[in-house]
Order: sequence, then structure tokens, then C-alpha cells
Amino acid sequence: MIFAQILSALISLKRNILRSLLTMLGIVIGVAVVITMMEIGAGASASVRESLANMGTNVLMIWPAATKTAGISSGSGGRMTLSEGDCDAIREECLAVEAVSPSLGRRGIQAIAGNLNWTPMTVYSGSVDYFTVQSWGLPESGRYFTAREVETAACVCVLGQTVRDELFPDTDPVGSDIRLNNVLFRVVGVLPKKGANMMGMDQDDVVIIPWKTMRNRLSRNGASAMGGAGGSSSSSSESSTDDVYPASSASTYPEKDSVQAENYILPVRFDNVDQITCSARTPEQVSDAIEQISAVLRRRHGIAPGQPDDFMIRDMTQMLKTMSGTSQLMTTLLLIVAMLSLVVGGVGIMNIMLVSVTERTREIGLRMAVGARGSRILSQFLTESVLLCLMGGCVGIGFGRLASMVISAVLGWPVKVSLSAILVSAGVAAAIGVIFGFYPAWRASRLNPIDALRHE
Amino acid sequence: MSGQPLIELRGLTKVYRLGETDVPVLQDITLTIREGTLLALMGPSGGGKSTLMNILGFLDTPSGGTYLLDGKDVSGLTANQRADLRNERIGFVFQNFNLLARTSALKNVLMPLEYAKTRRSARENRAWAESLLERVGLKERMDHTPAQMSGGQQQRVAIARALVNRPKILFADEPTGNLDSKTSEEVLRMFQELNEKEGLTIVLVTHSPEVGAFAKEAYHIKDGRVVGGTY
Repeated sequence: MIFAQILSALISLKRNILRSLLTMLGIVIGVAVVITMMEIGAGASASVRESLANMGTNVLMIWPAATKTAGISSGSGGRMTLSEGDCDAIREECLAVEAVSPSLGRRGIQAIAGNLNWTPMTVYSGSVDYFTVQSWGLPESGRYFTAREVETAACVCVLGQTVRDELFPDTDPVGSDIRLNNVLFRVVGVLPKKGANMMGMDQDDVVIIPWKTMRNRLSRNGASAMGGAGGSSSSSSESSTDDVYPASSASTYPEKDSVQAENYILPVRFDNVDQITCSARTPEQVSDAIEQISAVLRRRHGIAPGQPDDFMIRDMTQMLKTMSGTSQLMTTLLLIVAMLSLVVGGVGIMNIMLVSVTERTREIGLRMAVGARGSRILSQFLTESVLLCLMGGCVGIGFGRLASMVISAVLGWPVKVSLSAILVSAGVAAAIGVIFGFYPAWRASRLNPIDALRHE
Repeated sequence: MSGQPLIELRGLTKVYRLGETDVPVLQDITLTIREGTLLALMGPSGGGKSTLMNILGFLDTPSGGTYLLDGKDVSGLTANQRADLRNERIGFVFQNFNLLARTSALKNVLMPLEYAKTRRSARENRAWAESLLERVGLKERMDHTPAQMSGGQQQRVAIARALVNRPKILFADEPTGNLDSKTSEEVLRMFQELNEKEGLTIVLVTHSPEVGAFAKEAYHIKDGRVVGGTY
């Protein structure tokens, strides 16, 4: 019976083919706009999410908590509570964490290559996963350092593009040697360009070395050498030429000069790391990651419930919120515009259905006279309007896909096929058919058969 | 003369409200329609015979009085019940044919079956509709649309359509009003034939005495009252 009803609705739509097509056009355009908007919106928000991840909004930094000795607070990172084992545990147990790396940054380390020198903004250090955590992608040339190089505290480094431009203006630095605070490093790779970050800091003005190398060779006092203050103080002493050319006279048993001292692997008593950097799988999973990391670290550090953490986790929640809020706002806005155009299409449907009911009053009267109940008349007209909208919806989906493909091809905007958009707009089209078709259909079903039969 | 009473009206009235005033259209109509009769409701235009036919055919409800169909009171039925009764018991033939334009004769005849409660297979329905079209002499024209047919042919399609639900009673409202005298006679002969051969009860509503002459019995309606008849 439903099939027969659809068939007869199709027949009556075909009878006024031009009018049906024109009416459908409203829905076609509406649905096409919805599809295009949603695909552009999805593409935009995907690219926003990608750039968010590039900006490091999914990055979490774990610091040891502060200590307080005799009323004097050490500031964050005062304790040495984090270990390499913590790193491994986070990597293995926290599902929301994508990658994790011990890390330590130092400022004010001078880099020297040939007769050129440059002091990079920061010398970072990390494990092989550091590049994943900071979403550096693939190296522009050369390679990143290996796990073995990290384990053996090898003197290898990866240069940011600003550093490369300063130290190797004309040549490919891969395979060359540079000195960082008089320790010789082999350049194994060059980072891709990242540009400035949100605060306007040049993210390419960096050198990245293995974290064990940083701990054992660049920082004399191991773990506590991180942070701006430690970095600047050590740089002032270490870059002094007095160490390179000692003024004191030679002794029988020559003392180690600073170059030898830097190159000598210091015995380390503790397996401590200064800071752990890790990345959540997506910016949305940052809060999950924080929860999981807290749980793991509290367990490993044996902190009883109720006791304060001996570590701090920092994220970029605020930035994330702002950014994803913006893209969400855009998507919602586009959707509202698209929905409005669907409503306009729906009004067109209602208009035409009213005309159709008026035009076919005699037919309605006749159908009632031969025994059609009001509900059958209602469902007949509803079927027509829903069919009209659904067909318009299908055509609209096709046009919308086409339009977004054209847009992505011509304007180069990111576009993402969204199945939910297709399902939603098909559903909305059907709903519009019902909503805007209901009043005309209801009017048809309430006609008095006698008057309807006499209608001219 | 004929068989059992099929329809009995007892003191039936119909009042239309026009603004503040009540206009009585039918007053105290009492009549009996027997099974198998060919009856004419006659009278001048505006006399109330069409209103009476609408009430008899369950298109309209009486304002008062009793309407017995097969001995059962059917004066206070709901719209849906009346729709079902129209579908199962009653066939209509109208003055202006009321065929669906741009629809073939066969589909026009089949249309009431869309609303039938007892469903038969499409093949069965089609065969039945074809046999009805054959009976009204339009077997060769069943794929034609009303626009391709003469008035007499259109009215015969309408008769076939009225018969498709196997009704017990057929109402024809001025069935020859739009036809010339020759085709009128053909159509009226067809009614007579249906009445005699099939025993179908037929009610003709007309103002013309020539049409009335084809009926077995007649009621004269004037100013909303039965003013006489030939039984």
C-alpha cells in the first residue's frame, strides 16, 4: 500500500513536472548549501585542528613540583621527582598520550660553525619521540637522531632553519660539525620550517639534541641546569675564553680543560629527568591525558590519596578553547545559514502544495466521494511533499558534493566529506517535507466532499 | 413492485446555517427505497433533491430525523464511517463526470479500489475493471484519457468506476445533464439494463421528465418536501 501510494504520488508529481522541478529547486539549493557548508566547515575545522596540533596545543609539560626549604621556595622544578621510568610508564599506560619524551631546554648556548656563530633562542633536548611530541613532522634534510644515539649520549644535533641560515648560509649542514659551548656536535638533520608561535617566538631558532647528551655533556650539574636562570649563568661561565686558553701555568699532571670536561661523561647517580613533554592524541583528549598521567605518576611516586602531587602538569587549555571555539562557531554559523535556506525551500514547498491542493480540489472531492478517508487524503499529499523534498534532497546532496569539489579544486580550500552531513540533510529534507507539507495536506483532508466536488 | 426496503427515511430534515438565519433545505422527508428499484428523484432546481441525494449517499449528514440503511440507523455516523460506507455500498455518477484528467480510463475505473478495505491482487482488480469497461462498451478505449473521449464515453467510464466497488446502490446526479439527447438515451438505457440484469438499485436525480420516464418509480421534491410520486 505504501508502495502504491508512493507510485501514485510520483504520477501526480510527474503530471506537473515543471512545477515539481521548480519546487524541488528550493530544497535542492538548500540541501546543496548545507552539504557544501558542512563539508567546508568540516574541512576548515580539520585544518584548524591540524594547525592547533602543530602549534602544540596538544602538548603537555610535566614538571616536578616546587620545594620549600627554610621558607624559601625553589620555584617549579625544584624537586627531582621525575625519572625515565615515569616516561616509560606514561608511554605504556596512558592511552590518550600519543608520544612522550624527557626534555630539557637551555638558553644562551652559543653555537659555532667555522667562523660563524649564533646563539639559538633555545637548545632543546629529548628522546626520539620529541619530534612527534612537538609535531615537527619529517626532517627537511638528513634525519632525526636515533634511540641508540640517545642512549649513548651521542653528540649529534638537529638544526632549526633559522640556525641553519645563520651558521650555514650557503651549504647543506648535514654531516658538518658545530660546537655548542665548545662541545663538538655532528649535524644529522635540519628541521622543517615552523615559523613563529602564538607569542611571536621564532620556533625555528632552535637546536635539538638527545636528552642524555644534554644532561651528561652540556649541563655540568645534571638535572638542575634547566630553565632560563640556570642556562644563562652557565653560558656566561662556559663561553669565557679563560677556560679555552687557561692563563695558569701548566702543571706536571695537566688538569682537564673545559673541553675535555664537557666531553667526559659525568657519572650520574640518579635516573632523573628534569621535565617530561608529551602530546595527547588530539587536542580534545588533553584533559583525559592529564587525568591518566596524574594517576600513573601518583601511583609510581607512592602518593597517598589526599596528598598533593609532587609534579605539575601544564597544558594550553586556554588557547585550545579559544581556537576550537572559533572553528566551532564558524561551523555553527554556516549551518544556521544553510538551515535558513532549507526553511526558505520549505516555504516554497508549502506554497506549491497549497496551490496543488486548491487546483485538485475536485479530485480530492471525488476521491472522498468514492470512499477515501480524510487520513488517506492527508497521507497522499504528505507523501507527495516528502517525496518532493527527498528527491530534492538527493539531487541537492549531489550538487553539494559537486560544489564542494569545485571549491576545493578552484579555491584550494580544505574540504572534508561528511557522512553525517549527508544523513542529516536527507533527514532534514524529509522533515521539511512533513512539516511544510502537513498544513496543505491537512487542509485537503478537511475539505467537505460536496463543496470540493462543486469546486470550479 | 420490488424487494426489501434498502433505505428508509423517517422525518429527515436538513438545515443550513447562513449567517444568523437557518435555511431549511429538507423538511420532514419520509421515503423508502426498495432493493432493485430504479428510482427518480425529480423536481425543480434548488428544490433540495441534490441535498437529499448527498445525504442518501453519505456525503452529507442530516440535521434531524432517521436514516435507516438495511434497517440500521446510520444518521449519526462519523466522517470515517461514512467514507467507508461510501466505498463499500455506494457508487456515484456525476453530471460533469469528474474523471481524473490525464489518467487513462482503466486507471480512472481502478481508482476507488485504492481505498477499498478488502484488498485483491492487482491482476484481479485489473481484470474486474476491464470487464466493467467491456460492459459499458469501452474495451478498446481503456487506455484513452478523458480528453480523448466524447462526453457519452466519459460518462460510461464514470459508470464503470461507480460499479468497480460492487456497490448495492448507485446514485446518479443529473447524469445526462451534459450530454446530447442521443447519448443521454444510451446512458439511460445502460442504467435500465444494469437495473434489470444485475438487480442494481439506482437512484436518478434529475429535473427533466424525459429522464424520469426511464425510472420505475419517482419522488417529486419541491421546496424541501416530498410533494408526490409515482410508486
